[in-house]
Amino acid sequence: MTNKKIRWDFWTIVTVVILALFAIFLLYPLISLFLSGFKDTETGIWTMDNYARFFSKKYYKSALLNSFKLTISVTLVAILLGVPLAYFMSFYKIKGKGILEILFIISMMSPNFIGAYSWILLLGRSGTVTQFLKGMGIHMPSIYGFGGMLLVFALKLYPFIYMYVSGALKKIDVALSEAAESLGCGGLRKVFTVIMPLVTPTLIAAALLVFMNCMADFGTPALIGEGYRVMPTLVYSEFVGETGGSANFAACMATIMVVVTATIFLIQKWYVNTKSFAMSSMRPIQPKAVHGIKGFLIHLYIYLLAATSIIPQCMVIYTSFRATKMQVFVDGFSLESYRKVFSTAVQSIKNTYLYCLAAIVIIIVLGMLIAYLAVRRKNWLTNIIDTIAMFPYIVPGSVLGITLLIAFNHPPMMLAGSAIIMIISLVIRRQAYTLRSSSAILYQISPSMEEAAISLGDSPSMSFVKVTAKMMLPGVASGAILSWITLINELSSSVMLYTAGTRTMSVAIYNEVIRASYGTAAALATILTITTVVSLLIFFKVSGNKDVTM
Amino acid sequence: MSVSIGIGNVVKKYGDLTIIPDLSAYIKNGEFFTLLGPSGCGKTTLLRMIAGFNSIEGGTIKFDEEVINDIPAQKRNIGMVFQSYAIFPHLTVRQNVEYGLKIRKVPKDKMKDRIDEILKVVKIDEYQDRLPERLSGGQQQRVALARAIVIHPQVLLMDEPLSNLDAKLRIEMRSAIRDVQKQVGITTVYVTHDQEEALAISDRIAVMKQGIIQQIGSPQDIYARPYNAFVSTFIGHSNLFFGTIKKQGDVPTVVFSNGYQVSMPNLVDTVTEGQKAVISVRPEEFSLNEEGLECEIISRTFLGKYTNYFLRFPDGMVLDNQPSIEYSQDLGHVDRIFGVGEKIRLRPNPNKINVFTEDLERSLIKDVKKYDE
Repeated sequence: MTNKKIRWDFWTIVTVVILALFAIFLLYPLISLFLSGFKDTETGIWTMDNYARFFSKKYYKSALLNSFKLTISVTLVAILLGVPLAYFMSFYKIKGKGILEILFIISMMSPNFIGAYSWILLLGRSGTVTQFLKGMGIHMPSIYGFGGMLLVFALKLYPFIYMYVSGALKKIDVALSEAAESLGCGGLRKVFTVIMPLVTPTLIAAALLVFMNCMADFGTPALIGEGYRVMPTLVYSEFVGETGGSANFAACMATIMVVVTATIFLIQKWYVNTKSFAMSSMRPIQPKAVHGIKGFLIHLYIYLLAATSIIPQCMVIYTSFRATKMQVFVDGFSLESYRKVFSTAVQSIKNTYLYCLAAIVIIIVLGMLIAYLAVRRKNWLTNIIDTIAMFPYIVPGSVLGITLLIAFNHPPMMLAGSAIIMIISLVIRRQAYTLRSSSAILYQISPSMEEAAISLGDSPSMSFVKVTAKMMLPGVASGAILSWITLINELSSSVMLYTAGTRTMSVAIYNEVIRASYGTAAALATILTITTVVSLLIFFKVSGNKDVTM
Repeated sequence: MSVSIGIGNVVKKYGDLTIIPDLSAYIKNGEFFTLLGPSGCGKTTLLRMIAGFNSIEGGTIKFDEEVINDIPAQKRNIGMVFQSYAIFPHLTVRQNVEYGLKIRKVPKDKMKDRIDEILKVVKIDEYQDRLPERLSGGQQQRVALARAIVIHPQVLLMDEPLSNLDAKLRIEMRSAIRDVQKQVGITTVYVTHDQEEALAISDRIAVMKQGIIQQIGSPQDIYARPYNAFVSTFIGHSNLFFGTIKKQGDVPTVVFSNGYQVSMPNLVDTVTEGQKAVISVRPEEFSLNEEGLECEIISRTFLGKYTNYFLRFPDGMVLDNQPSIEYSQDLGHVDRIFGVGEKIRLRPNPNKINVFTEDLERSLIKDVKKYDE
């Protein structure tokens, strides 16, 4: 009897199947992209020309530089907005805290490009505020370009910092703060020598999320970037552009983006691994009442921030009910925009729900199986799976779109333009949240439950389905809802992959905004926002709290 | 450097809820003073009032002659050891100990000497460059102690510092704490719910119940001469019997309800003929005697050094609602171990037993003080 032979039990088969799926839909496309960047468009022979071209022309280099400038600025501003917010909300009793928390999460979960779009509605060339001030003789600075993007991104992304840092502050034992005081250290000095260092690893993780999100986002720069070129828009225009674009050159630039994000990701991972420490809180920090001028200023800061974050959302809803004539807003309200949406764009609504439902089912099944392999069947093969499952973190959406197109644009896998490729990209983009929540819940379920089922005569596959999977579901659900919310709002990859028949809502909104058809865009955005909010409310109900960690 | 602590009529309220109605105590300079009581008795609340983490709703707390009510915690110059240790997880052992000295702007060379010295005193100098998460519970405890002592505080406050350690380590650490405290000679207030720990470690103990101090005294006094029945049953075990006082003749006697008499020359003079009382006998204060009180053994536990018997006395002899009636048989001088169901006769030792008023509130033994000085 030799044990060296591979035993073909249920979990071995699952391992092999998942590895095969990863190889086909993730590794193969990424390798195709990488190789494609080294090919000449005309002749197809191997060359370094694409890279030489990128690094020699100021036009391209400046886009990379711009991306860095924008992303670093956004990350810093988001930290400056989010950290004080988290501190105030955790340490002081804030009036209306419950509603504020929900507002911050809603503004975090709504898609970037709708934020950009609503700021155009407010401060754009024909924006409400701009027009109003113009009537009074005041000219607003332009929202388009670097400043506008900084505004939109920072207001969109600071809630990530807030959520993460609040989560970390909740884990601090109040005794640590008291220990500092007992040693003679109070006030700001305590904040900077004890509280801040304790949340720094978490802050770094949150900053990375903001950085990646901003670096990879396509919608916002496409809508209000205008002359300010950044990498995602450059890749997009090079890839789909009618002005003599080159897929190979786009692949080269996409590879450069992946290298950048991967480097940042690895640095962050290394930092967190070396610097993090376990914290357990016996007595969490209790918020204190705050009065007087200090209390007033703190409340003012929080309310202003919440208002600036949520007003754009309201603006979209308001706009969707305005009367329009030939795409131009006129006085009064009507349901015209909605009528138009339901006569022309109903396909995109159907597509969105259909694709996302299909994707979420696959995501849940995959998420649970991969989590099980990674947690319960630790070996070198499942380690590989676990590592590959992290790849989507570092591949920007638009890059993923290109990657899939390059890989599946020829037989035997001719998927370009199909619904299947849309679903595949959605699954790849957003399975991480579900995978993470599945692993987390699995660590809390004792393996002996399943062993009991097997000891009573069940097969490993059935005992997983009947026992472990059922117990995992509540935990999986919270991650799946996050996956769902980000799925329905996905733009970056879809905009690369869609065709007339496979348009989703977010793509339709993008198209409508580009065509300056703001009424229908607003109506679609409202439908999307309402779906998001309803999903979020379900999330709060399912998870029983308001901690969204992504 | 070290100070006395004067607690005068302090009150603690949370909204309408009064935790401490009116509490006074005096803690001498340099002594090891323990607040002992069941959970929820207000001992930690009182400690945190001394530390400055809880507000004081009435009365005063003084360090020597200075009222500290309105001084914030970080200005009180206290050293505090927390139940959860509260070691800063982002700093190494040395940096943790250094923290308070840096705040005090102690010169570099002096700081180094003081840290080196204290790390040796608490025996953690070999771990000084480690991060706290790589230390065991006992080692973390030593870091917390070093960090609190190194700043030369006026008082050292400890909030159930040993409750998260296993039994063996607890005993080792409590003598370590005791040694270090005596070495640096600092006024220490120590909170615990573990009576054995309190007896082992303290100069004096304050036994608390529902925000009120029941007795302050040395461990020996509190154990041997409890001021009321709560103290006698909370510290160690006591069996409570109904009794009556007989005052005919020179020497007063207490009479058990079955008529058994014990002559008690140490009762206070104010006792009256026929006064109802409660007699408190510890398990080790019984001895086998043919003329003793008859009882039946209902179960027994063998504990090595001695055997604990659980007893049943005839109806109406003992107070209701006692968890058990016990007799400890010292196995060092024993003829035989009794079996369950056997009847034995036990004689209470008149020099040891205590007598309380009928309402259980006050001892009737001479010279038993509620607060000793």
